[in-house]
Amino acid sequence: MTGTLAAVGAGLAVLGAGLGIGQIGGRAMEAIARQPEVSGDIRTTMIIAAALIEGAALFAIVGAFFF
Amino acid sequence: MHRFMKNDKYRTLYMKFRALFFLLFFLGLSAIPAYASEKAEPEKPYIDYVMEHIADANEFHLFGSVHIPLPCILYSKDAGLEVFMSSAFEHGHQVVNGYVLDHGDVKRIKGWNESMHLEHIDSTVAKANPDGGKGLQYFAYHHGEAHALEKPSTLLKSSSWIDFSISKNVFSMLVAVVLMFVIFISVRRAYARREGQAPRGLQSLMETIFTFMRDEVIKPNIGPRYERYLPFVMSLFFFILFCNLMGLIPIFPGSANITGNLATTMALALFTLLVVTFSGNRHYWQHIFWMPGVPVPIRFLLAPIEFASIFIKPFTLLIRLFANITAGHVIILCLVGMVFILGDNGRNLGGAIGGGVLATLFVVVMNLLELFVAFLQAFIFALLTSLYIGSAIEEHHHEEAHH
Repeated sequence: MTGTLAAVGAGLAVLGAGLGIGQIGGRAMEAIARQPEVSGDIRTTMIIAAALIEGAALFAIVGAFFF
Repeated sequence: MHRFMKNDKYRTLYMKFRALFFLLFFLGLSAIPAYASEKAEPEKPYIDYVMEHIADANEFHLFGSVHIPLPCILYSKDAGLEVFMSSAFEHGHQVVNGYVLDHGDVKRIKGWNESMHLEHIDSTVAKANPDGGKGLQYFAYHHGEAHALEKPSTLLKSSSWIDFSISKNVFSMLVAVVLMFVIFISVRRAYARREGQAPRGLQSLMETIFTFMRDEVIKPNIGPRYERYLPFVMSLFFFILFCNLMGLIPIFPGSANITGNLATTMALALFTLLVVTFSGNRHYWQHIFWMPGVPVPIRFLLAPIEFASIFIKPFTLLIRLFANITAGHVIILCLVGMVFILGDNGRNLGGAIGGGVLATLFVVVMNLLELFVAFLQAFIFALLTSLYIGSAIEEHHHEEAHH
């Protein structure tokens, strides 16, 4: 890790992931409010999408610290 | 009457939580003297502490100079297999057949042979690589003379020895496995003994988790043939869950960062990769190499991407688990580091106490969050594994779908 530059990179990755997961969470809440009867399905889909975004963000963070 | 009963129930629940909170609080407070009493050193000693606590080690460090030794099983090309307890190192001062203990971690003296007559060392030091390359180089000092140290290697390529030791992580993992056996066997017995009756105690806790995982996660994602994969996904889920929870216990049988170790998560993800690859049907492979309903030039473009995704999927699994658990441990340890920072590395007692109280409050909150993360990460690993298995064994009907 080359000091602060890698930390800035990791921070940027977290920024992107935060925006993405925030969008997912917000939209999922809207969807659940609109159709509470399918909240189970929405939750599962939300977690899967969040996990995929998180995977990409973790790639970036691990990359920032290792390369 | 009914209302009163309900309130009473909540009251006992509240009392239990309050007891748990105070327990965690005092557990956290007990860390202050241990950290504050460490010798003041220049630079940033807390960074080393954080790294030492999340890394694997060959002995359990309880507090001060109290250690629990663990068996070392070491193989080297020239000396063969050697088995001894890590107490033989006498906390890093004794050389045992060319092996030394560097801050709880076994390393071997480079080019070791009997004629070196090296029995004691004064200290071990990590230095930046003098060649300007990556990583650190380790040295053991004896009367001012430096001896280079070798880290273990996996295939005897980069160094002369392999470490098969029952390390801190392995020990904690074995404890988790034994715990799982005890709990699940007792639950099974409870089912046999209380057949036809409502579950009770531990049985009802495990039944809730088990049926939730089966009905909400595994069944809908794998599909009608889920029963074949149920034991695998359940084992993954409960193993990760127990290891995560073991990592949250700050004292002896816990305190190891099991699922925050890349080797552990890689082994788990490798199982997923193997199961998905070997249970993939014709449609699964067709969708990877020659997907139907896609123009031929695009197929050439997509095939390599799809092929890479076979490996990327388990890779994200292993990185996700590793990063989440390690991040949690690092945050907790950094909060404990406030004792160092506010205490000015042991020069300011009042600051250390203030930092300790502040750190304890934050650590309690973080511990509760980590408790949630422990369940969440086990759940996500199991969910994604069942999703990947489901996509590999799914029966498609393209002929109807694309006309």
